[in-house]
Amino acid sequence: MRIVEKRQLMSADEIRRTLERLAHEIVEKTGGAKDLALIGVRRRGIPLAGRLAKSIRASSKAEVPVGTLDITLYRDDLSTVAPQPVVQSSEISFPVDDRDLLLVDDVLYTGRTVRAAMNGLFDLGRPRRIRLCVLVDRGHRELPIEASFIGRAVETSDSEIIEVRLNEVDHEERVVVMDRVE
Amino acid sequence: MSHRFHHLLAIEPLSREQITFLLDQAKPFQEFQRYPLKKLATLRGKTISLSFFENSTRTRISFATAASRLGADTMNLQAESSSVKKGESLIDTVRTLEAMRPDAIVMRHSSSGAAEFISRRVDVPVINAGDGTHEHPTQGLLDALTIRDRLGRLDGLRVTIIGDILHSRVARSNIHLLAKFGAKVTLCGPAMWLPRELDCLAPNVVRVPVLEEALGDAQVVMALRIQQERLHEPSLPADEYILRYQLTPARLRLARPDAIVLHPGPMIRGLEIDPAVADSPQSCILEQVTNGLAVRMAILFELVAGSTDPQEPGKDSIHASH
Repeated sequence: MRIVEKRQLMSADEIRRTLERLAHEIVEKTGGAKDLALIGVRRRGIPLAGRLAKSIRASSKAEVPVGTLDITLYRDDLSTVAPQPVVQSSEISFPVDDRDLLLVDDVLYTGRTVRAAMNGLFDLGRPRRIRLCVLVDRGHRELPIEASFIGRAVETSDSEIIEVRLNEVDHEERVVVMDRVE
Repeated sequence: MSHRFHHLLAIEPLSREQITFLLDQAKPFQEFQRYPLKKLATLRGKTISLSFFENSTRTRISFATAASRLGADTMNLQAESSSVKKGESLIDTVRTLEAMRPDAIVMRHSSSGAAEFISRRVDVPVINAGDGTHEHPTQGLLDALTIRDRLGRLDGLRVTIIGDILHSRVARSNIHLLAKFGAKVTLCGPAMWLPRELDCLAPNVVRVPVLEEALGDAQVVMALRIQQERLHEPSLPADEYILRYQLTPARLRLARPDAIVLHPGPMIRGLEIDPAVADSPQSCILEQVTNGLAVRMAILFELVAGSTDPQEPGKDSIHASH
């Protein structure tokens, strides 16, 4: 079995414009980003959270702290995945109590990553609200979890893989749909 | 992956890369010790056998707390209350424990090599929590983590270890570990605890019997616990040890001004260490205790959390959890 590129979902320019739009929506729906803090989910949620925060700060004058969250310790599939994942640091240097938190990730799929991320946040305190922002929602949920801010919703088949490639991580900037072929 | 482990039996066979990997894995668990809610479900449903065939308080509590914070349950065996006293052999005791299906065995034993012996005869990961005068690998790792945090690096340090080197598994694990990072290790203590075979432990190990000379230029000073039953007339009375080897503020001034002081505990103030040194800003003794939890959580996670049925990873494993 090989994994091949099927089509491009977003270009670099489309990613940029989508993030701009998301930033505006976020400011609008969080009361001018007052008390807002962004949490990027490792790995590609981190650069996305950083970029969103920059736009939000520019249009709202709010401070918008950004943290990063590693969900490895909260995964529900540790006993089945191989190789074993490497734990990395979470860096959340502000108190989450009473904060308006926005989780940021690249792709929303089964919802299990988001479930794990929320468990991680609860260990740090009691946020007033947690919402979710994703660049791509590809469906196929296995948990009752939905995003509040969605860059692009796309119909996918089970065999397809959505790859968000970002300059900071992948040295390339686009979103592609990959597929498994025999 | 070459840096992954099946057991943790000793520091000596590990590579620099493996040690660095384990220290890096301890980092997220150091942060975790500051969380208001110190309870994970990562190892929920797993059982860790804490098999202490030799008395221990701090190492046992540290492993038990690490297991508990990861969500695992523990099975405790303590020498004083066990069938060991009734004459059961080590292998029979361990087979009995194994029949209760633990997911890992943490073991301390007074015989050097006991943990390795057991690791060849059971199917679960074995973690050496101290075997005789051989090694105490988690102590070596937590000391290295403490040093790396305070000094910013592990490479090429000048380290002085003081006390009963001959009987110290802590010293051995530290010597092996630090030597792999190019340390120059100076061992100091009474001649009866400083046999010349120690020179062969690792490259760049020297023995210096006079403390004032051993401390010169040291960046890390480690005082070992002195077992009082080993101090007696006529070979070496306690007064004599204090006079010649106690780590005092005046002696510490012979080391680098920014030198740090470590002690594996339990510490006897006024014997191997002067209280003014133990409580000084140079002392890392309490950081060592906290780092011990982080290191042991990282080791338990590494050895116990993973898949029992390794499979070829597909590319989708990265995205499978979205």
